[in-house]
Amino acid sequence: MIDVSGLTKTFRNGVEAVRGVDLTVAPGEIVGFLGPNGAGKTTTMRMLATLLRPSSGSATIAGHDLRSDPRGVRRSIGYVSQSGGVNPVNPLGDELELQAMLYGMSRAEARSRIADVLATLELTGLEGMPGGALSGGLRRRFDIAFGLLHRPSVLFLDEPTTGLDPQSRAALWEHIRSLGLTVLLSTHYLEEAEALCDRLLVIDGGRIAAEGTPAQLKGERTLNEAFLEIAGRPA
Amino acid sequence: MRDTWLIFRHHTRITLRNKFAILITAAQPLFFLVLFGPIFATFGSWETLVPGLIIQLGLLSAGMAGFGVVFDWRSGVLERLRVTPAGRLPLLLGRVLNNTFTLVVQTVLLVAVAYLIGLRAPLLGVLGAMALVVVLGVSLAALSHAAAMRLNEHLFAPVMMTAVWPLMLLSGTFLPMSMAPQWLSTLSYVSPFRYVLEAMRELFAGTYASGVVAVGVLVVALFAAISLTVGTRVFSRDNA
Repeated sequence: MIDVSGLTKTFRNGVEAVRGVDLTVAPGEIVGFLGPNGAGKTTTMRMLATLLRPSSGSATIAGHDLRSDPRGVRRSIGYVSQSGGVNPVNPLGDELELQAMLYGMSRAEARSRIADVLATLELTGLEGMPGGALSGGLRRRFDIAFGLLHRPSVLFLDEPTTGLDPQSRAALWEHIRSLGLTVLLSTHYLEEAEALCDRLLVIDGGRIAAEGTPAQLKGERTLNEAFLEIAGRPA
Repeated sequence: MRDTWLIFRHHTRITLRNKFAILITAAQPLFFLVLFGPIFATFGSWETLVPGLIIQLGLLSAGMAGFGVVFDWRSGVLERLRVTPAGRLPLLLGRVLNNTFTLVVQTVLLVAVAYLIGLRAPLLGVLGAMALVVVLGVSLAALSHAAAMRLNEHLFAPVMMTAVWPLMLLSGTFLPMSMAPQWLSTLSYVSPFRYVLEAMRELFAGTYASGVVAVGVLVVALFAAISLTVGTRVFSRDNA
């Protein structure tokens, strides 16, 4: 579903944020991108979401080539950024409707799809509120609702549970798992990686440092010990 | 086309929900009209003053439109929209047309108040000036968005608030440039607003087929083409 080879990004100021990432994600797989701050997780995801132009390398997402068909990629992915994209002052329903219609839905289709997505994420009844009136956990679920409106085949989640309390976090994991989608998510919470992901990619210094199921990466150690060893610095 | 309409409609709905904001952005030229206009009218005409105040309004309203994009940038809304298949030009144009719509509403308000206190411009002239306002609004809003995306967000407000003043003064907003010493008048030809403003003054005076009007139309069209090109380029920068 996602095929990435030799992806790099060097910013104009000379920072090499991503130095050659290869990765594959199979349909229906939940893959976790694990790594310290500044490892290149967000930059890689932003490149795959067509928000940043890669310096070199190639990627195919849901059958669309990232370079030659960014619109095709955009149509097939949902992307939820680290900071989210909820308008704090405008009713969420209006924002959802605009978003759905930008994917080509008619107003009637948009409304029925919004109702479905909100029901799935247990957000029904909150669409009249502005984003700023919601708790962090609810806002995060709305962020994901925005990413799901057009039934994407791939979902990118950049640190989906950062800043959430343990209950909201567990609820969000439950929701993500129940979607049955191909998901690439970044996190630096080891228990999140272990609880949610089928497979993990450890990224450090802009390169994939290790790869495997949580059990494989752990071996005899705890995941924390394994992570520290791979990423080579204190978390 | 559909994307532009969707973005325009969305933002216009928000604009109409905040009617007070429409009024408050138009307040400065309205103050000048009511509190400075009567002094100006003792030696000049309302038909000279009001076009100047329209330029001031354009700079303060459409010229500051970039604030909206700073806000949407910070809240992540802009990035969320940039991941949709919507075209990059519609993402900009929908906003710009909403800013232009706001500017037109404000200009109508300004001209209406001016009529109440003494303006006597012919309807055709006012309509012609309105057409210039639309093109000017599109240009200023597009440039303002480009500036907002390029400048550091702490710099945007002070830079824009400072830039509008020389632009206003050099266009002859408050007093026509014909009253200026030669060097200042010559300098003012670098401001595209001088040409537009002089065209509007002719239109308000009831002269339609003049060289000044033609030059004004030409300059504003050129200004729009450049602004939209710059705006789209900045808006689509860095996409894959």
